[in-house]
Amino acid sequence: MTVNTSRRGFLQGAAAAGAMLVVGIRPDGALAASANPSMLTPFVQIGTDGSVTAIIKHFEMGQGPATGLSTLIAEEMGLSMDQIGYDFAPSNPQVYNNTLFGPMQGTGGSTAMANSYLQYRQAGAAAREMLLHAAAQAWGVEASTLSLQDGMIFGSGKSAPLGEFVEAAAVLDAPAEPRLKDPSEFRLIGNPDVRRLDSAAKGNGTAMFAMDIQRPNQMIAMIARPEQQRATAVSVDASGAEAIKGFISADILPNKAGVAVFAENTWAAMQARDAISVEWDTRNAETRSSDQIEAEIRAALEADPTYNVNEADVVAVQTAIDGAETVVEETFYFPLLAHAPMEPLNCTIEETEDGGILMHDGCQIPTLPHGAIAEIFDLPFDKVQIKTVLAGGSFGRRATPQADYQVEAALAFSLTDRSRPVHLVWSREDDLRSGYYRPAFGHKVRVGLDGSGNIVGWEHRIAGQSIMKGTPFEAFAVKNGIDHSSVEGTVDSPYQIPMAAFGLTDTEKATSTLWWRAVGHTHTAYVMEVMMDMAAKAAGIDPVDFRLAYLSGDGLEQQRKAGVLKLVAEKANWGNAPAGRSQGIAVHKSFNSYVAEVVEISGTAADGIKIEKVTCAVDCGVAVNPDVIKAQMEGGIGYGIGHNMRDKITLTEGVVDQFNFPDYEPLRITDIGEIEVHIVRSAEPPTGVGEPGTPPAAPALANAIAAASNLRIAALPMDDNGVSFV
Amino acid sequence: MAITLKVNGKTQEVDAEPGTPLLWVIRDELKMTGTKFGCGVASCGACTVHLNGEPVRSCQTFIDDMEGAEITTIEAMSDDKVGAALQQAWVELDVVQCGYCQSGQIMSAVGLLRQNANPSVSEIDDYMWGNACRCATYQRIRAGIQRAAKILEA
Repeated sequence: MTVNTSRRGFLQGAAAAGAMLVVGIRPDGALAASANPSMLTPFVQIGTDGSVTAIIKHFEMGQGPATGLSTLIAEEMGLSMDQIGYDFAPSNPQVYNNTLFGPMQGTGGSTAMANSYLQYRQAGAAAREMLLHAAAQAWGVEASTLSLQDGMIFGSGKSAPLGEFVEAAAVLDAPAEPRLKDPSEFRLIGNPDVRRLDSAAKGNGTAMFAMDIQRPNQMIAMIARPEQQRATAVSVDASGAEAIKGFISADILPNKAGVAVFAENTWAAMQARDAISVEWDTRNAETRSSDQIEAEIRAALEADPTYNVNEADVVAVQTAIDGAETVVEETFYFPLLAHAPMEPLNCTIEETEDGGILMHDGCQIPTLPHGAIAEIFDLPFDKVQIKTVLAGGSFGRRATPQADYQVEAALAFSLTDRSRPVHLVWSREDDLRSGYYRPAFGHKVRVGLDGSGNIVGWEHRIAGQSIMKGTPFEAFAVKNGIDHSSVEGTVDSPYQIPMAAFGLTDTEKATSTLWWRAVGHTHTAYVMEVMMDMAAKAAGIDPVDFRLAYLSGDGLEQQRKAGVLKLVAEKANWGNAPAGRSQGIAVHKSFNSYVAEVVEISGTAADGIKIEKVTCAVDCGVAVNPDVIKAQMEGGIGYGIGHNMRDKITLTEGVVDQFNFPDYEPLRITDIGEIEVHIVRSAEPPTGVGEPGTPPAAPALANAIAAASNLRIAALPMDDNGVSFV
Repeated sequence: MAITLKVNGKTQEVDAEPGTPLLWVIRDELKMTGTKFGCGVASCGACTVHLNGEPVRSCQTFIDDMEGAEITTIEAMSDDKVGAALQQAWVELDVVQCGYCQSGQIMSAVGLLRQNANPSVSEIDDYMWGNACRCATYQRIRAGIQRAAKILEA
């Protein structure tokens, strides 16, 4: 197995080594094959030496697409996982686009497997059929008598390595509709023993992340940024940095958003940035504090919403609730949250021999920086290359509509004579204080119950800061003024709630808003599942039974959501927690996957709570790599719980209060006990796993705390509510 | 200032300014990129290396008094009995996700297994507390350490 992150080098090397077979799609979208990778967009490349390389169009931030898409190719070609390597695709939105994003290459919305499952299997199946046909011609037998297994072609009493037929296969036409394997034939898809392809390199220090790119003669650039968003640089005095060995220069970025500090090495750049002084124009700067943001959101929740999201008869819903036997009511608040991927943001930019631009980046949506760079340097699109390397986490942060850090690098590079590559490096402080956050949101919900504990009305108001408005994504993500990401997980919940009204009011942004692992579901799942718990308690009905009553329809969505709920209840021994422990449950559909979780805790809010165990059930359709799915559930649960326990980003007069991990404390190994994941067997198409584990985790914990302590946590983070964790 | 270090058994002379963190000497001067920058304030553990056999946060370990010091990084762990066992366990259990913190996790875990050949879950948690993993691979880190302990026992 090889990991070749230098695609151009790989292609040149492979071409130099002799013929190859590449299978992928032509610009018109048809399946195609060639001996020349420049003729089409390959998903798989096969060398005459028998080496097989999957070309991964999604970036790898740990969520597993390098392994997952390679598995699809290997499955259809009858390879074992140690017979396939991978390489990241170059930036080319026409052919490596995310089929669910339109003409854009990118990773997000937990779509990597969903939009690649058939594409990559078809490419692998086409390669198999072409190799078998080539062998059949050589041996003078029918292709149907041959099979490809573990890199060897067998049949008619003969066998030979597949590499022997690569040259002959490369001149054949690709089959328009190759036969895909029947699930009964799968050896790799669904196999829990398939291991990640990137484990060894990530355990021995050889994995190359963007931060590890060290181009010959490169400079390090760090950016001095204003304390408040929208302040601009007026002048810079770099005299304080002159004595720092390795300091090169400091210049105001062309867009005045900051000052680029250039140095020979990272430490010199850090010191020099501290040593320069910058005069900022703060006349248009953000000056609001988080208290004001919260007050604005809470006020919006008390007024009629701007948008009637589900076009409900709101008066009828209110009347039903007002006439109910019992009314359960709560107002929730969710603070700004930073993504804080382990690897601070960075990328490297250089000029190519032909005057183009090459960027090395752990790039989540290559099409965005690709276009931005072309514009900054006034270059045609095909003179810009983005080489994707491993990303040390992202959680959405490496994908900003503005391509923020890549644009910074490009603008910094534009200040130079372009003779030296520039590696832009952010510090952890830059990361936490950069202004891109999960937006602040509030919800106010009133639920009416009749004398039997049935819901007779559900009025749900949401107020917060839109992610999509004002971005290139607005056109498809905002309909009739409603940013779907503000309400996803509420109005489209599979729960069949009678007399429901969902309203939305946008509030002003004080920072840049950005999708954060699970986007709107990060707050909507919490509200839906805590309200369900409160209503169940008011109704005197078990929380699982109460939820199932609204999932009793025979629709597939209801059945799948009920399925994971029942499975997790069974596996967690719901209702029979060991002595001294309390359980909480939550279930949520997001990114077309269904996840239910039971959090089991010991202790009480006053004495300190310990998260002893989390049990999870997931239905994500066909489980391609079960162990990767389990890992994503484990990680998603940790991400959801950790932030909601104790993290928030706050502003004082526009200035972020947090600096580094000590005041934005990450989940630690001591914080969370065992996580047990159960995967529902399914023949449905595969759906997302990177994000769906996150939404139910915090409400399940909140419901467990309520069970233990009778404390309902409605304003996050939890430790602002007198809860301590041990 | 010129200073002589023994890095992974090899004597290296480096030129670094007084006050330079060991992390940046390793990464930028010696061009060894397995040791990672995560926070710069010794809060995440991604930069963990061994200084004279003990795990330290290299971002807060300064070059000034290090003449002759022995530094061991992740790059040498394949040749270390405990390190190799942990790496084997990490692959068997697919501990990694993004992987950026894992050099530091393994360097800390080597320190733990050297002083405690068979740590319990709570001993692992106490020792590994300072190594953050934003992907939350913690339960696999626990399992990986216990698996490595078994490999070493055999």
